Amino acid sequence: MSTFLDLMVGTLTQGLIYALLGYGVYITYKILDFPDLTVDGSFPLGAAVTAVLLVNGVNPYLTLLAALVSGALAGLVTGLIHVRVKVRDLLAGIITMTALFSINLQIAGSNLTVERGVDTIFTAGPTMALLGGVPLIYRKLLVSAIIVVAFKLLLDIYFKTKNGLMLRAVGDNATLVTALATDKGKIKITGLVISNALVALSGCIVCHEQRSFSATMGTGQVVFGLATVIIGTTIFKKVGFVKGTTAVIVGSVIYKTCIQIAISLGLPANLLKLITAVLFLVILALGNIQKSGVKKNA
Amino acid sequence: MLELRNIKKIYNPGEITEMCIFDGFNLSVSDGDFVSVVGSNGSGKTSMLNIICGSTPIEGGDILINGGSIVKTKEHARYAKIGRVYQNPSMGTSPNLTMFQNLSLADNKGKPYGLTRGVNRQRKEFYREQLAELGLGLEDKLDVTMGSLSGGQRQAVALLMSTLTPIDFLILDEHTAALDPKTAEVIMKLTDKIVHEKKLTAIMVTHNLRYAVEYGSRLIMMDKGQIVLDKSGGEKKDLTIESVLSLFTQISIECGN
Repeated sequence: MSTFLDLMVGTLTQGLIYALLGYGVYITYKILDFPDLTVDGSFPLGAAVTAVLLVNGVNPYLTLLAALVSGALAGLVTGLIHVRVKVRDLLAGIITMTALFSINLQIAGSNLTVERGVDTIFTAGPTMALLGGVPLIYRKLLVSAIIVVAFKLLLDIYFKTKNGLMLRAVGDNATLVTALATDKGKIKITGLVISNALVALSGCIVCHEQRSFSATMGTGQVVFGLATVIIGTTIFKKVGFVKGTTAVIVGSVIYKTCIQIAISLGLPANLLKLITAVLFLVILALGNIQKSGVKKNA
Repeated sequence: MLELRNIKKIYNPGEITEMCIFDGFNLSVSDGDFVSVVGSNGSGKTSMLNIICGSTPIEGGDILINGGSIVKTKEHARYAKIGRVYQNPSMGTSPNLTMFQNLSLADNKGKPYGLTRGVNRQRKEFYREQLAELGLGLEDKLDVTMGSLSGGQRQAVALLMSTLTPIDFLILDEHTAALDPKTAEVIMKLTDKIVHEKKLTAIMVTHNLRYAVEYGSRLIMMDKGQIVLDKSGGEKKDLTIESVLSLFTQISIECGN
């Protein structure tokens, strides 16, 4: 029974950590209407930066900041390629993602393990001072929850600022942004920067949680992010007062749970990405059936 | 004062589909003018607006506002002093934002869009008054998303938004064409009221000859990138729909339409 509970807590923690990635995809896919594949590169980038810094004895809390900055830079590159060099959105993301694969290898090699003796955000002094009496798996859950909720609140506030409203307007109707005497390219870049910073932060916390980085850990993350956003927003479509960020958290937890169930049922780990993709397809198909069943604006 | 001097505009230069729309086009609009522009499809009306706003680059010529060239000014920067209402009512507003948020964004035009609060509650009452004046029942819908409003309501809000901040020019690009006759009438009257109250210089492209004759202080007819009729003051007042229509038909027949 306790292993089952442990498994549930572990899955919930995973769901929360990946919600940060979900926020990022929410900004690009849902708000900017920009299918950003940079995610598959910026997620492991956050983890690579974190792993190297941890191994070299840097304060674990500083790795959060370093990951945010590294992801922001990745988003900036995609944004500049798209806006200044005028490369299509999908291709701009693919270019950065491909380049990041090599950059991640340069930063941390193909695999990097953070030894047991090294403190992470889940075991370092301040965390222990606050939550020292709590067993490690619950500590992981609580610390992840604090970070995810903190960024949710920050984003909710940001979306209501002038800059945040412009971000929402640019995906909605870019012509309006131009007519408001604002460079729509700059607004798009801002969105990509924020999005990839959050994605890299997600990679950073995953690295803290599993104490390792691998160069291939980015594969399929954009699909995970998209699924999270689509599940979350579909569930709460009819409920106006639920914020997009909340929907993303719920979507992420549900999706992680589905995958965990598939694994628990004995599906081999090699099929994990296949399951991820098929589940995503099922969700999209279900969403479309729902759409055709109910008339729009009826 | 807006001047278009010797404008040259070629679409798809160097390709088989190359088409010269303007070659040596000139126009000057004085401050306070309300110019109606009519002409058949492809006569260059909308291209002219796009050239003024910087949405399309030009191959030659100069665009001057109060004597200063704006050819090198980017499109978004030109809109600091230009308000524009489009034919498509959904172009002027952000459908997923509320009307209050849309108006607040428009109210901030020309200032930086930073990390301060997006909407200004102190202005809400002002917006409500402005909307009440339209008589479309919009004053109670400030917190409704724009996407759920009708085309006419959106166009009214778009018009209000484009004139909230001080502008040099109001550009109206067939802004009543997508509306039903009754709503079009409401929007047209509203346009006239705003232009007069705020003493704006306006250029209105329209396919509605009656609006062109009834409203505005000057009427221009365009054909194949040239101005074929330009009447203002008393001459404009003497124009009738019939006289404009007969010239319009004459040109169309020459074109083989």
